[in-house]
Amino acid sequence: MAENEIKFDDEVDITDVVCPVTFVKVKVALEEIDAGQILRVRMNDGEPVQNVPRSVKDEGHQILKLMKNDDGTYNLFVRKTCE
Amino acid sequence: MAAIDYAALKKGGFMRQKQKGFFSLRLGVVGGQVTSEQLNAVMKVADTYGKGYIHLTSRQGIEIPFINIKEIEEVKAALAEGGIAPGVCGPRVRTVTACQGNEVCPNACIDTEEMAQELSSRYFGRELPHKFKLGVTGCQNNCLKAEENDLGIKGGLAVKWIEEKCISCGVCEKTCRNDAIKISDGKISIDYEKCNNCGRCAFTCPADAYETTEGYFVYFGGLFGNTINKGTPLIPFIKDRETVLRVCDAAITFFKENAKPGERFKFTIDRAGEEALKEKLMEAYNG
Repeated sequence: MAENEIKFDDEVDITDVVCPVTFVKVKVALEEIDAGQILRVRMNDGEPVQNVPRSVKDEGHQILKLMKNDDGTYNLFVRKTCE
Repeated sequence: MAAIDYAALKKGGFMRQKQKGFFSLRLGVVGGQVTSEQLNAVMKVADTYGKGYIHLTSRQGIEIPFINIKEIEEVKAALAEGGIAPGVCGPRVRTVTACQGNEVCPNACIDTEEMAQELSSRYFGRELPHKFKLGVTGCQNNCLKAEENDLGIKGGLAVKWIEEKCISCGVCEKTCRNDAIKISDGKISIDYEKCNNCGRCAFTCPADAYETTEGYFVYFGGLFGNTINKGTPLIPFIKDRETVLRVCDAAITFFKENAKPGERFKFTIDRAGEEALKEKLMEAYNG
């Protein structure tokens, strides 16, 4: 599946921060969209990609896809499932 | 006054202090859990009979220092009111330690507290040729340091991919820290040689596409005192509780039957031979 096949409503880049601010930034971004909308999260390889998806899941949101970008970062697509 | 029976006192958790006539009283704690009712009793004893403080031991125990030998019976009675009793020292099965386990911790794969209670009710205080320490940790993070113990247990999850549930999101491949998961053409393959049963793939999967079975790694002969030795996993990953208990029985029986007085399990294993122990453990493993 190519990246442009997943539509998203908002995006956040967490490649400029480290744990635990990575997840804090994602949480804030999720608060700013409505339930049902999709957030694209750009993150670094390594610890963020190992841990952020789990944190998102534990908050009750729905993970749709993780995709690798050409620059080595990853995009995680998350559907907000609750307010 | 009659001569003091130090061995009997030590057996009952009273640790002789430098100060003549005073003991540091070790309490019986299982899996590091202490109720507020017990804490209240401990507080009263420390205030009334000790010096108003306690010492936390390296193995999740509580000691109340400066207990006067003449007041032992009153101290025991005061503790009993709060539902807590003296622990043990000397050549016997010691405090069973545990992390908080999967009742509380999101990373834990097993119910460590339940296992610690079971091990403690089976073995705590049992007379052996030397001290014998048991510890239970919930996952590969190893907060409870399983391999430090004469017999240490570490929880894990055996995982199996369920194709019908998978949404091919790709998260598990990156979540795995051991590079055991590969996705190609929407299919997942798990290299079980690399999988360390940490359970992260299953915990992270947004579609519950991993079937999990709780299990146990068991390590034998750990020491962290005068000699330091990391416990060895002599048997395969165990997938049921009854087998773990049979294996523990076999290990403790082996120690009782083969150890010289004052010899820790590691040195018994070295002297009697790892193969001899392994044979007994595998008998228990195979039921």
